[in-house]
Amino acid sequence: MATQGPIPEIVDPMIDPRTGEYAVIAPGQTFKSVTQKIAGIVLTSNTPIAWMGGLFLAATVALGVVIAVTWLVLKGVGIWGITIPGAWGFAIINFVWWIGIGHAGTLISAILLLFKQTWRNSINRFAEAMTIFAVVCAGMFPLLHVGRPWLGYWLLPYPNTMNVWPQFRSPLAWDVFAVSTYATISVVFWYIGMIPDLGTLRDRATMPLAKYIYGMLSLGWRGSTRHWIRYESASLLLAGLSTPLVLSVHTTISFDFAVAAMAGWHTTIFPPYFVAGAVYSGFAMVLTLAIPIRKFYHLEDLVTLRHLDNMAKVMLATGSIVGYGYGMEVFMSWYSASHWEFFMMWNRMFGPMGWAYWVLILTNLAIPLTTLWSRKLRVNVGYLFFLSFVVNIGMWFERFVIVVTSLYRDYLPSSWGTYRATKWDYILFIGTWGLFTTLFLLFARLAPMIPMSEIRMMLPQTKVRPGGADAEAVAQEAL
Amino acid sequence: MPPREGVYGLLAEFNTPSELVHATEMAHRAGYRRMECYTPYPVEQAAEALRFHKTRVPLLCLLGGLAGLTTGSLLEIWINVWGYPLNLRAMPLFSWPAFVVPAYEMTILFAGLSAAFGMIALNGLPQLYHPLFNAPNFASGATTDKFFLCLEANDPRFEGAKTREFLEQFSPVSVVEVDH
Repeated sequence: MATQGPIPEIVDPMIDPRTGEYAVIAPGQTFKSVTQKIAGIVLTSNTPIAWMGGLFLAATVALGVVIAVTWLVLKGVGIWGITIPGAWGFAIINFVWWIGIGHAGTLISAILLLFKQTWRNSINRFAEAMTIFAVVCAGMFPLLHVGRPWLGYWLLPYPNTMNVWPQFRSPLAWDVFAVSTYATISVVFWYIGMIPDLGTLRDRATMPLAKYIYGMLSLGWRGSTRHWIRYESASLLLAGLSTPLVLSVHTTISFDFAVAAMAGWHTTIFPPYFVAGAVYSGFAMVLTLAIPIRKFYHLEDLVTLRHLDNMAKVMLATGSIVGYGYGMEVFMSWYSASHWEFFMMWNRMFGPMGWAYWVLILTNLAIPLTTLWSRKLRVNVGYLFFLSFVVNIGMWFERFVIVVTSLYRDYLPSSWGTYRATKWDYILFIGTWGLFTTLFLLFARLAPMIPMSEIRMMLPQTKVRPGGADAEAVAQEAL
Repeated sequence: MPPREGVYGLLAEFNTPSELVHATEMAHRAGYRRMECYTPYPVEQAAEALRFHKTRVPLLCLLGGLAGLTTGSLLEIWINVWGYPLNLRAMPLFSWPAFVVPAYEMTILFAGLSAAFGMIALNGLPQLYHPLFNAPNFASGATTDKFFLCLEANDPRFEGAKTREFLEQFSPVSVVEVDH
């Protein structure tokens, strides 16, 4: 779409005249300027007041997690709104929502690396950080939902005096493996990616403590060419492994539903539709984070409108897949000729909680899928920021609709009930927003948010001309 | 092992990757083998000039993956068939399609950890001390914007003054002697 669209008449230095696309990186950057810009954010000794204020607010909200979990441990899961028939409530909704958000980070760092989409370099580090912090928030919910989280290790296969083992024919056991592998590989991939940049921070730090800590964390990285080749090889392999991993994680989560014989859950479209939804909400969250960060730290030269435009396009594509999923669900509930499926869909749309379905259609389909076609709106920073919230609300409601509407009115009318979340559900959920923001703010202050070594690779100065110094001088004169 | 003393090598600093690659290529043609380039981002042409092509990282990754697949499958089969057999919905005990997902995740987990830690181990990291960190211009440049070639003293062709002369013909910013 965009490449054929009208090229804006005003000459914008950020627009490449040959393609009419926004440049990935603003022109005129050097190895040094890029390094100074990114390392400066971390190594400066004066912490911005706004950052301190943000951290204070976020940490205050995160206290909600501490309070809610303490009360939960003291009283048990009865303080939540879960009951029969609605045995899965906020905990599962929030788990699926958070882990879905994390998936965009892996998509950006792994799948776009394999497809050689170099524009991803500017945003992959903080997208990966977002993945890890989202998995931290997500992982908490199933662990608390088991009722006695201090016995969470019972989920793992280990020889024990009870002589009991996990049952591998259940998707809930698969989940343990999928999510723990995902968390581990995401952390490793993130850390490996950071090693050269930690070396840069070590070399540029002036405070002895910072030099010491970054020096330890960088493992003594010195940029040797043989090291770089092995490093690149390991990065590519990790990307190749993370790609099927990220698809398998949300597929496995969708199996938690699809394997159960519940109307509205027992469907084969769930895996692709869950994965697309995960990427959709994840890109929305990347926008939610990237837009204020590029503004606050003046990173407009490195995270350009091209990035925002491309992310909006990915959202348009994945949002359309999600829309197809919704359409197919409605179609199949009619075409299956199953009384139960038909009732489930009718109840989902027009039952007592039908409003949630229409909120979801409005926020996930009606608003984004009509407006994202316009290039003007895709590069309108304010609009994208607004839209990123809209889509994340929509994706939360999608999980709410899936979890709640199938459960509260099942096959037997005598067992019907309803679902009402309690204040503890809300405190814990809102607390995880605070936890996520706290972790992200700490990351933005203490680690290089944008991978310096990968940005350097995108600069025109990296071109190697055969012949060395003489050829270089000729090329310089020609410029 | 006695403590190493004396000269580690000669370190030439360049401003551009082209100069570095050219100098490395010429050094290789002149017969130098024990040498290494240091760059702020991966420069593939430098690796070619060093004739360094193959890494064992992919092999380690494959072996790790196979180990993970074996561990995961055997664990599941042993538990569900022998260790703790349960008759669930009359499914066969060896219901292998259900075992695919955890075995697959274990494959990825082992392969990923092998690739990551294998890379670190093959690189000899963590190595917090290295003679090059003694060079005054190394730390400020190698991880920012400078390109270095180090000809190491244990190369049979290495002769202090001659090697320095050899390096200076590529008009580097500086040639520094690095001590252990």
